[in-house]
Amino acid sequence: MSASTPPRSSWAADLALGARMSVGGGRSGWARLALIAIGVGVGVAMLLIVASLPSVVDARTERTDARSIGSGVVEEQGDNTLLTQIVRSGFRDLGVEGRLLQAEGVRVPLPPGVDRALAPGEIVLSPALQRLMDSPDGEAIRGRWGDTVVGTIGPEGLAGPGELTFYLGTDDLDEETATRINAFGNPDEQGGGLGPELLLLGLVGLAVMIVPLASFIATAVRFGGEARDRRLAALRLVGADVGTTRRIAAGETLVGAAAGIAVGGLLLLVAQHVLPPLVPPALTFYPEDLRPAPVLAALVVIGVPVASVLVTLSAMRRVVVEPLGVVRRSEVTRRRLWWRILLPVAGAALLHPLIGGMDDDSSGDQAMVTAGVVLLLVGVALLLPWAVDAVVGRLGRGGVAWELAVRRLQLESGAAVRAITAIVVSVAGLIAIQGTFGAIQAEAEGDGELQGSVFQAKVIDTRSGAVGQEWVDGLTGTPGVRDVVTSTFTLAHVETDPDQLIGVEVGPCSVLTHETGITDCAEGDVIVVATEGAELPTPGTTYVLGEPGSGGGTWELPGDARSATLGEFHLYLSGLPSTIYVTPTALGGADVAEGYESVLVALDPDVPDAVDRLRTTAADVEMLAYVADAEQGSLTGVLGTARQALLAGTIALLVVVGASLLVNVAEQLRERRRPFAVLLAFGTRRRTLGLSVLWQVAIPVAVGITLAIVTGTALSVVLQGGLSAPIGIDWWAIGLISGGAALVVLLVTAASLPLLAGLTRSQGLQSE
Amino acid sequence: MTTSPPAASASTHPAPADPGTTPGGALLAAHDLHLAFGPTTALASASLEVHPGEVLALMGPSGSGKSTLLHCLAGILRPDSGRVTYGGRDLTAMSDVERSALRRSEFGFVFQFGQLVPELTCAENVALPLRLAGVGRRDALGTAREWLTRLEVPDVADKRPGQTSGGQGQRVAVARALVTRPRVVFADEPTGALDSLNGERVMQMFVAAARDTGAAVVLVTHEARVAAYSDREAVVRDGRVREQVRA
Amino acid sequence: MTVAPALLGLLQSGPRHGYDLKRAFDERFGQDKPLAYGQVYSTLARLLKNGLVEVEHEPGDGPDRKRYAITEAGVSDVAVWLATPEKPEPYLQSAMYTKVVLALLTGRDAADVLDAQRTEHLRLMRELTRRKSEGDLADQLVCDHALFHLEADLRWLELTAARLDDLATSVRG
Ligand SMILES: Nc1ncnc2c1ncn2[C@@H]1O[C@H](COP(=O)(O)OP(=O)(O)O)[C@@H](O)[C@H]1O
Ligand SMILES: [Mg+2]
Repeated sequence: MSASTPPRSSWAADLALGARMSVGGGRSGWARLALIAIGVGVGVAMLLIVASLPSVVDARTERTDARSIGSGVVEEQGDNTLLTQIVRSGFRDLGVEGRLLQAEGVRVPLPPGVDRALAPGEIVLSPALQRLMDSPDGEAIRGRWGDTVVGTIGPEGLAGPGELTFYLGTDDLDEETATRINAFGNPDEQGGGLGPELLLLGLVGLAVMIVPLASFIATAVRFGGEARDRRLAALRLVGADVGTTRRIAAGETLVGAAAGIAVGGLLLLVAQHVLPPLVPPALTFYPEDLRPAPVLAALVVIGVPVASVLVTLSAMRRVVVEPLGVVRRSEVTRRRLWWRILLPVAGAALLHPLIGGMDDDSSGDQAMVTAGVVLLLVGVALLLPWAVDAVVGRLGRGGVAWELAVRRLQLESGAAVRAITAIVVSVAGLIAIQGTFGAIQAEAEGDGELQGSVFQAKVIDTRSGAVGQEWVDGLTGTPGVRDVVTSTFTLAHVETDPDQLIGVEVGPCSVLTHETGITDCAEGDVIVVATEGAELPTPGTTYVLGEPGSGGGTWELPGDARSATLGEFHLYLSGLPSTIYVTPTALGGADVAEGYESVLVALDPDVPDAVDRLRTTAADVEMLAYVADAEQGSLTGVLGTARQALLAGTIALLVVVGASLLVNVAEQLRERRRPFAVLLAFGTRRRTLGLSVLWQVAIPVAVGITLAIVTGTALSVVLQGGLSAPIGIDWWAIGLISGGAALVVLLVTAASLPLLAGLTRSQGLQSE
Repeated sequence: MTTSPPAASASTHPAPADPGTTPGGALLAAHDLHLAFGPTTALASASLEVHPGEVLALMGPSGSGKSTLLHCLAGILRPDSGRVTYGGRDLTAMSDVERSALRRSEFGFVFQFGQLVPELTCAENVALPLRLAGVGRRDALGTAREWLTRLEVPDVADKRPGQTSGGQGQRVAVARALVTRPRVVFADEPTGALDSLNGERVMQMFVAAARDTGAAVVLVTHEARVAAYSDREAVVRDGRVREQVRA
Repeated sequence: MTVAPALLGLLQSGPRHGYDLKRAFDERFGQDKPLAYGQVYSTLARLLKNGLVEVEHEPGDGPDRKRYAITEAGVSDVAVWLATPEKPEPYLQSAMYTKVVLALLTGRDAADVLDAQRTEHLRLMRELTRRKSEGDLADQLVCDHALFHLEADLRWLELTAARLDDLATSVRG
């Protein structure tokens, strides 16, 4: 053994010592450990929930696949076949989707969760739908599909406990209106029908959640860092070298991380039972569905401790713990911009496929875009410390309070920045998603046309032919229905050239103004609406009303036809260069072949649940018709829910951020107890110190939120471009988040005031 | 509030308005103070007088109640019973706001250590009481620099407290206590964390500057050599003061 | 020096023979150098001449049969002596110690004795401090030497003050 190297403790011993120290600090030691465990635990629980999403989706898909039709579709009627068709309906802003079943033999298959064959008129409901119908709220939906409830659907036949669905026996179906099957289930079918845009949004959402969670965990691991520094100083005093000190710190951190994982596991168990009743019906799942995918769970369980140790070590890089309890912060190094900007720039570059719209099915592009979004968001997190430094360094002079805050931040903004990183990333992501949602929502609402119109609902009947009168008769008189009008849309072509297609819509003035946005219309008018740049049809042209070969009558475009600009939504509806709107008189009795009749309904806003009453009546007229209203579409329903969930998540995150800011401020106040107490002795107004805390919290939050809003909005615009959705900025979300952030700042300041008041007592002045 | 150079002749500085003294000639007086922290009695019938311009040493063993008495005299703590009068005004009857204002304008403080705001430069620290009293930033900083020069630490003006030595830091603290030309400076073990040479120098400059500005000093110390800079001493024992009659 | 007032103080608790008195003195104050008989008797003689003690003769003969008792004048002399601080100088502990013990023995406030001494010490220290700040380096060093010694005394005073209760029990016990 060489005399020049004195023996040194082993790695394992160092780690073990650190572990012991983390629980050996008496009451305050335990409190610190508890704080870390809870902080990390909340983060881990959320990560585990995210890691459970694939299982949830799988389990749901498995069950919905089992009841879907596909592999069982047959041509021939048989002893074991039945006809089935989906009925789409809704209640308020919830979607309700059921299935009609019509047995053609005696050995018909039963859908999963249903234990008996249904005679015509018999219905089985999902428990959630049953509850809804039984509740006083459900009056407007009660009896929509008859009253003969013969049972409920078992869990194996439902996506989740909150799903609103039913199976209804019938004898109205035929081969035209329904599908014939001899078995339920379709192992190959694509589940859920997540479109590329939803997939993209989902991935961005995941990034938006994981990045702040990671940074939150990183903050939690460092709770009580001051006390740790003091403990480590004591170790240095008895001869621990820097390396040993680091390993001991790592050992301490590991205990916190392990406790956090345990807490996270417990929280997951709690979440399994607390979450399912809370999620909206569109996302419903069973408690046992919420179990993390093994690989992802392993990643969390291993990744969190490893990352925690790395965070601790990197935090100690800037701090030299010295034996005499002096924690010297190595000289403030200016944060450099160049490498921090690499990531967001790379991210932005990866987003280029979005410019000018993205193909639905190029998965390479999708991966690139996802990577781009993640890089951009992580990049924002990296950019934040620099941005705060840059802003704080340029802040001008002000009052004493302002200066105390600015100087503090100039000297050390790391802790504040860490506390807000999570919120900055999630706000940037949220604004991007919110904006994109908003745009998709606007687009997806084909019924955007209903907004602000005199008609609040529209009946979509997939049967072709002259059904309009049937609807007028059936719906008139329903409580809450004021008016029912119909119009007929048909494809027409120039008599001499079947390739020149044009749309023709015949309907009364109220429908025409509703659809074209023109304000003056009289019976007998003809209005031509063309897309920009498209050639206007020449007056005098003779059209055949109906698809080529359908044998419709002919009609000549009169010379007094007016033209109007195109309402945006209509392009989507018809996809034709131009459409001629014709009032019935102007049609002069020409025969329209194979028109689609649409039915518009004006509702009385004073009647509660008027739309649902209308739906119930409509189901009586034609079970398969779908009633759209101004507020609802199935896609927007899901999107709206997800958007609310995200917003709720962001607000929860704001609370968490507020808590970490508070811990941060509390630590700083403790650290600066003496100088502050002395300032108070000098007669400093408590208001001045309170104000300095306010600025100290507000400045980084303001910088962070601004950065988040700018990045988020830019990202949102790019994503909207990629989805070919109309570009809009979600001012509402921006306002809400800024307001929330301001509120958090105020709350944190308010919560720190008692701490500040405590300083005035003489303890602050008491020498050790 | 003065913003003019501290070293200039007295005529350029109107001294703060004379707050008046009590009949016995005392500027600041404690009468029969009692104060307990929970079960611990810190002051038990403590009485003391401080006269204008005098340097009074408060001596006594540690834990005897010296700091507590000082905090009561300065209106930082309110005694459980008894009165503190300053220039005839009853400090114990004042609101916190009034007492803060009084401390801002009439009192100064030096403590043992850790009293400077770590983020501000030394000059800014010294300028702080002036700024709290409403003096503009430029003037306050100018006056602060002059005080630092006077205490022979002009070169720490732009450093942060963490970058100075203990003796320099205490001189900055002394400058900060005197910069508003207070009537009373309270010093609690101002040299407690310094070696003897540095302690001596700080005391020399402190007392000289205080005498120059006419401030009374209440000096808490347990070191005789520090107390020797005083005009008279009072001994605190078990929360009671044994005051030496004025020479 | 301190022998005379010490003997006086010891007599305050009751008349004693010269030999007893020497033993009592040695026990309390004579730690390393016992008092010589000659000094005891010469001191007593001086006190007798000044009327601070008187002699009570016991039945029987011989010089040792004389008992000394304190007079009124002697009691007030002890009081004055106790109240007068010693001139501050190095190595005065023995005198101060004697005073403190005697104050305790005679039921006077020993803390007052200590405080009076502290005041006297500080007075000198102030003077030295003033001289130091006005003088040259040599003055400073000389004064500092004295100051440090005086400070040591003061520390001892402080320590003794803190231990007065213990001392009282051991002295009386
Ligand atoms: N804030 C406080 N809380 C509880 N006890 C205190 C507090 N401040 C002082 N004390 C107690 O009061 C007594 C006097 O303290 P202090 O005035 O600081 O003594 P000194 O300054 O003479 O050393 C001590 O016993 C001390 O423990
Ligand atoms: Mg003290």
